[in-house]
Amino acid sequence: MSELSVNHLLGIKYLNKKDIELIFKTADHFKEVINRPIKKVPSLRDITIANLFFENSTRTKLSFELAEKRLSADVLNFSSAQSSVKKGETLIDTVNNILSMKVDMVVMRHPNPGAGVFLSKHVKASIVNAGDGAHEHPTQALLDSYSIREKLGSVVDKKVVIVGDILHSRVALSNIYALQMQGAEVMVCGPKTLIPKYIDKLGVKVETNLRTALNWCDVANMLRVQNERMDISYFPSTREYAQQFGVNKVLLDSLDKEIIIMHPGPINRGVEITSDVADSRQSIILDQVQNGVAIRMAVIYLLASKIKQ
Amino acid sequence: MSQKVLLNAKEVNIILHRLACQLIEKHTDFSNTVLIGLQPRGIFLANRIAKILKEEYHINNIQLGYLDITFYRDDFRRGDKTLAANSTEINFIVEDKNVVFIDDVLYTGRSIRAALTAIQSFGRPNEIELLALIDRRFSRHLPIQPDYRGRQVDVINEEKVKVNWIENDKEDSVYLIEK
Repeated sequence: MSELSVNHLLGIKYLNKKDIELIFKTADHFKEVINRPIKKVPSLRDITIANLFFENSTRTKLSFELAEKRLSADVLNFSSAQSSVKKGETLIDTVNNILSMKVDMVVMRHPNPGAGVFLSKHVKASIVNAGDGAHEHPTQALLDSYSIREKLGSVVDKKVVIVGDILHSRVALSNIYALQMQGAEVMVCGPKTLIPKYIDKLGVKVETNLRTALNWCDVANMLRVQNERMDISYFPSTREYAQQFGVNKVLLDSLDKEIIIMHPGPINRGVEITSDVADSRQSIILDQVQNGVAIRMAVIYLLASKIKQ
Repeated sequence: MSQKVLLNAKEVNIILHRLACQLIEKHTDFSNTVLIGLQPRGIFLANRIAKILKEEYHINNIQLGYLDITFYRDDFRRGDKTLAANSTEINFIVEDKNVVFIDDVLYTGRSIRAALTAIQSFGRPNEIELLALIDRRFSRHLPIQPDYRGRQVDVINEEKVKVNWIENDKEDSVYLIEK
């Protein structure tokens, strides 16, 4: 099989295991491409992609833009801060106006959960969800699994703990779906106030003691505390959070085994992980960033190949 | 569907030796020459030629790589199926080298056009030549011809040339298959 089962990438839950395998296999080839002296292929030279960012982003936006350019697509960048959205234009109107300029694919980040799904039902373009509120961030989950596969050889039967602000995290939800689909065991760990009430219904373990969680796992994916999404106080102080749920070198070295540390970025150094952990041999944070470009090239290439001429 | 033998194992073997000798005639000690097998089917031929050069003509410094052209093809989004890629393995410098592309069947020439673009990503070769086991005459879409050819055949567009290799298909042979 060499075709995705979907026409849009709205979330991991809409994919199947074969789709993920195909994306990874394609990403392997693109990883080789982006390490060549000339890192560009001409596949998508007749495709135009609009990156619509209704919410701030540095890494994801740059990563998508680079992936699109490495595939030779034409790229339009839009961020809501300087747009007519501020004048009251609706999402469908904004996107349809952009599509009337003959755009084939839309990469969108939006603060509202389900924005990508909504858009896919109302406009004629292939939609890639680059994060929708606290719902999903599929390309991040794909690159996280891909990085684990690269480091440990496989994701099957690996134990992964996601630590931190699970409540506000789209990375956590997408990661849970992706890891479980590939046969990994997943645990979430964090202050009780930041763990959604019925998350165990997704088949994940729940732990509130960081040391116990780290001793259990092969991989720890440390999430950022999303202060910008917090309307109330979920823990007494950042200092207390760092003491209870932050990973430092002393804790890491005292574990029974050597685990892998991941972080989707941006890092709050000294809060969820200390600098010496982020820069340690066990951290694959920068591998994740490099793999992000290869994964996004694979997703865009596979979706674009389904756009009829 | 009927099929006809174009070349049997003995004939394939003779041709492979002739092609290897023709390469030696031009490239002598292969000190500035690299062989590039084109994925997916050209790599078997490339491996064979390299093996003959090494084992029978004692040329030990053969540099052999594989090039995948999927992302450079000109029919992306034109067929029903997504084009699946293969791996590229070029672990040497191509800049200023004499490159020999190796493929099993030369048909429209479009794969070679894609390979000419793809190889540029690795540097600027001094020159590029093409070696093909089977040259299908009168079917070219582009002005591309082989420098070394095993056998020239006249095949109509409705027919297919299938090259088998013992490593993959249990025998060395070339068949003409009527669809």
